[in-house]
Amino acid sequence: MSARFKPGDRVRVRKAYPLGHIRTPFYIRGHGGVVERLCGAFGNPEELAQMRSGEPKQPLYRVRFLQTDVWPAYRGNPGDVLEIEIFQHWLE
Amino acid sequence: MKDSGDYQPYSYFQLMEVSLRELLVEKGIVTEAQVASAVEDIRNITPERGARVVAKAWVDKDFRTRLLKDGTSACEELGLDIPALKLVVVENTAAVHNMIVCTLCSCYPRMLLGMPPEWYKSRNYRSRAVREPRAVLSEFGLHLNEKTIIRVHDSTADMRYLVLPMRPASTADWGEDQLASIVTRDCMIGVATPRAPRAVKPS
Repeated sequence: MSARFKPGDRVRVRKAYPLGHIRTPFYIRGHGGVVERLCGAFGNPEELAQMRSGEPKQPLYRVRFLQTDVWPAYRGNPGDVLEIEIFQHWLE
Repeated sequence: MKDSGDYQPYSYFQLMEVSLRELLVEKGIVTEAQVASAVEDIRNITPERGARVVAKAWVDKDFRTRLLKDGTSACEELGLDIPALKLVVVENTAAVHNMIVCTLCSCYPRMLLGMPPEWYKSRNYRSRAVREPRAVLSEFGLHLNEKTIIRVHDSTADMRYLVLPMRPASTADWGEDQLASIVTRDCMIGVATPRAPRAVKPS
């Protein structure tokens, strides 16, 4: 599967709550950030957890989020960020 | 903690481990000796490995550049085999402080730091590091300047993270081994910074 995003692109994490082994933390679903880097392509953990092949591999990104966007009551430097690995099928 | 010697029944996970191990041994899939030696290998990895990488990056600019670009292959140069691990090294500067957490479980660069400490796996650290990092750091005794930007890295998938701390200014004439001696595990997780002992004046 080819990479749809490049560093610097604005992305949003899908706000979805499927069952299963999901490596997208709940707290970041629905939030917007910026692609920091493409990490490569890796087996889809949701498939691997079901003992399936994990193919096709999914591009994995590191996405940077502003803390003040994620936590409305965040106190601290407004430049503080969170960087999280997110698979492409969770980004839009 | 005082060891009173009281009998404690196995916890759920301890019981699972014993049952699975005994079954594997009974079926001849592994031997007790193989299990013991695998556990020994895991225990033998200590944060000194990571400290070697950091010290090398402090004295060798080109290595530092390669390490930040591709942590895995830079570690391989040092003869550190880190299989199935994609290492991302994040650099602390005067303006930016990095810290590592895994909110989903306890992903940790074990090949460089060994077993994670208990607190790293605790619900407290995992839930708070991403939403109030400054408060968490101050509980570790690390009080950052308000102007310092904090980058929290949540290792949610296939990457593992190592913080490259700042080299203390007073260590300008130190060699690699001496430098490695002040790089602690917590410095490489990003909940502490290296401290050079006050210079001893030659008599």
